[in-house]
Amino acid sequence: MYIYDEFDQAMVDARVAEFRDQVDRRLAGKLSEDQFKPLRLMNGLYLQLHAYMLRVAVPYGTLNSAQMRLLGDIADKYDRGYGHFTTRQNIQYNWIRLEDAPDILADLARVGMHAIQTSGNCIRNTTSDHFAGAAADEVVDPRPYAELIRQWSSFHPEFSYLPRKFKMAVIASQRDRAAMRLHDIGIRLVRNSAGELGGEFYVGGGMGRTPMIAPLIRDFVPIDQFITYAEACLRVYNRHGRRDNKYKARIKILVHELGAEEYARQVEEEFAHLLTLGIEPPARELERIAAQFAPPPFASGLPDTIDRSDPAFALWAARNLQPHKAPGYTALTISLKPTGGIPGDASADQIRLMADLAERYSFDELRVTHAQNIVLPHVRKADLPALWRELVDAGLGSPNLDLAGDIIACPGLDYCSLANARSIPVAQQIGERLAGKEQDIGELKLKISGCINACGHHHAGHIGILGVDKKGVENYQLLLGGSEAEDVSLGKITGPGFDEAGVVDAVEKVTDLYLARREDGERFLDTYRRIGVEPFKEVLYG
Amino acid sequence: MADLIRLRDDEAVDHPAVTVDSFLEQPDANAVRIEPGDDARALLPHLAQIALVEINFPVFGDGRGYSAARILREAGYVGELRAVGDVLIDQLAPMRRCGFDAFEPDRPLDPVAVDAVLARFPAAYQPAADGAAPIWALRHG
Repeated sequence: MYIYDEFDQAMVDARVAEFRDQVDRRLAGKLSEDQFKPLRLMNGLYLQLHAYMLRVAVPYGTLNSAQMRLLGDIADKYDRGYGHFTTRQNIQYNWIRLEDAPDILADLARVGMHAIQTSGNCIRNTTSDHFAGAAADEVVDPRPYAELIRQWSSFHPEFSYLPRKFKMAVIASQRDRAAMRLHDIGIRLVRNSAGELGGEFYVGGGMGRTPMIAPLIRDFVPIDQFITYAEACLRVYNRHGRRDNKYKARIKILVHELGAEEYARQVEEEFAHLLTLGIEPPARELERIAAQFAPPPFASGLPDTIDRSDPAFALWAARNLQPHKAPGYTALTISLKPTGGIPGDASADQIRLMADLAERYSFDELRVTHAQNIVLPHVRKADLPALWRELVDAGLGSPNLDLAGDIIACPGLDYCSLANARSIPVAQQIGERLAGKEQDIGELKLKISGCINACGHHHAGHIGILGVDKKGVENYQLLLGGSEAEDVSLGKITGPGFDEAGVVDAVEKVTDLYLARREDGERFLDTYRRIGVEPFKEVLYG
Repeated sequence: MADLIRLRDDEAVDHPAVTVDSFLEQPDANAVRIEPGDDARALLPHLAQIALVEINFPVFGDGRGYSAARILREAGYVGELRAVGDVLIDQLAPMRRCGFDAFEPDRPLDPVAVDAVLARFPAAYQPAADGAAPIWALRHG
């Protein structure tokens, strides 16, 4: 885990002081809302329907227990006892008072956290594989590289007023657990034939109203040049990205309009220039950071088996565990998707309990996943039954990772001022409807957005739902066939939308069709890809 | 010019800046003004004779001028680099890091507040155009 040194601490403390001053000026009427807006946004503070929302950065989704515990305390002290984990591995609070925001940031700074650049037209929190450092299939732990990006991108003076927001993800496995190619820049760390580490750069992916899968711009950027290359990517975007239309301002539009090849050529030109300036952090800085992500002291000689005699435990263990690189250990996912619950929500008590569990069972570490769940990355298999019982007692034992109930949903019209429709009630009803058959259905990525901005990743769902406003009535479009994983694809709209009850029925119909038509070992997505959309349309509209 | 903030000691250019297009047609001028869509690199062959570059920010949220400024400094431009237009107090620090050394905001700024925001951050994570050693250099001596 990365721990701030005096430089990091001084930067975050300065930011708290700066924001306190900005809030004071706003409250005193010296700043208009228009002038204040970009400043509060760069500190993660949004004005929503009912109150301010504060989004706190969880860099690459990694937290220690003290940080997690504080997140629970903030929920109690400044919110209504809840926190909401987001699809960008962050946490947000929906009931914040403006005058409290500087104090919250000060509390966060004390445990090495912040809300810097969690919104605004700047480089956002860099995300990563939530199993980084634990996954058996990674080339290298991607987090030191994500931390290097965090530092480079923090208060970057040239890229503070980009055409639009900018999201980066770094992974290091062939399996993509971070929706890497749906980011403005997605980096996959790889080794070349000489065994040297470098990055594949995918640029220009995203969701929103124009979903695009990022094309590969360069297949190998040497690791000792990758900040410089990222800077070149950003500079071309800052100079040439569209600013005439907010909806065409993301880098995906620039890359699409120029063509990936021409964009790559311009980046190469800028890259060649920037390489002469010495802006790349030296290898010893990367080594300093990497040392802090050294594997925890795993015990050796542990039993590698799990006692599955309790059927309820066995069900959970079959779903919620991930192979670990160290024998005798596993990475476990705590589902924040109880049937009928709000996806990604956790109470202050649950947050603090997860902090305690991490301290006792997982070398003090937790992760937030982009699917709005929490991971304990390094757990002894022998500890699982006891740990599971504590989770169950706290309402955190849902055995539904990657199943129908594990729905990604945006806050929707219940909170968000941009939304056209509610997401949460739809997620709750679908979860309840499919609860009895989700184990039979198997892996099903269901994602719900309450508007075209796609915060709920509906384009990337095996089943996606998009809420729209149809003459003042909430209406829901159904999409099928999306994926955010290494088999990335964008879902397609099946046809006319449904009302709230109708879309719940529609989801049941398509999953029933899958159950009837699947062949051995096929997931919903595989069956859809094999038989095509027509049979699904038939059961929906026929 | 009452609201001009200059962080350099030389004499200010006393005549108006011309547009990039007009500068390129009459290269005896020594003051030029860059608009957001202009290519700052068009000026690179002529930097030695330029004493003042104004970079206009019609709206503060249009950040192209930050890249323009850095590009000029990276190419060795040492004359005055002035941010004009919708320049607000909270943009001064990043502008300074990108190489601006003068500000001519549409609305006047409180000089005390200007000093405070320019001194706010103790260091910077990344090299830019202000010559400040980045934190990684400070860490490793």
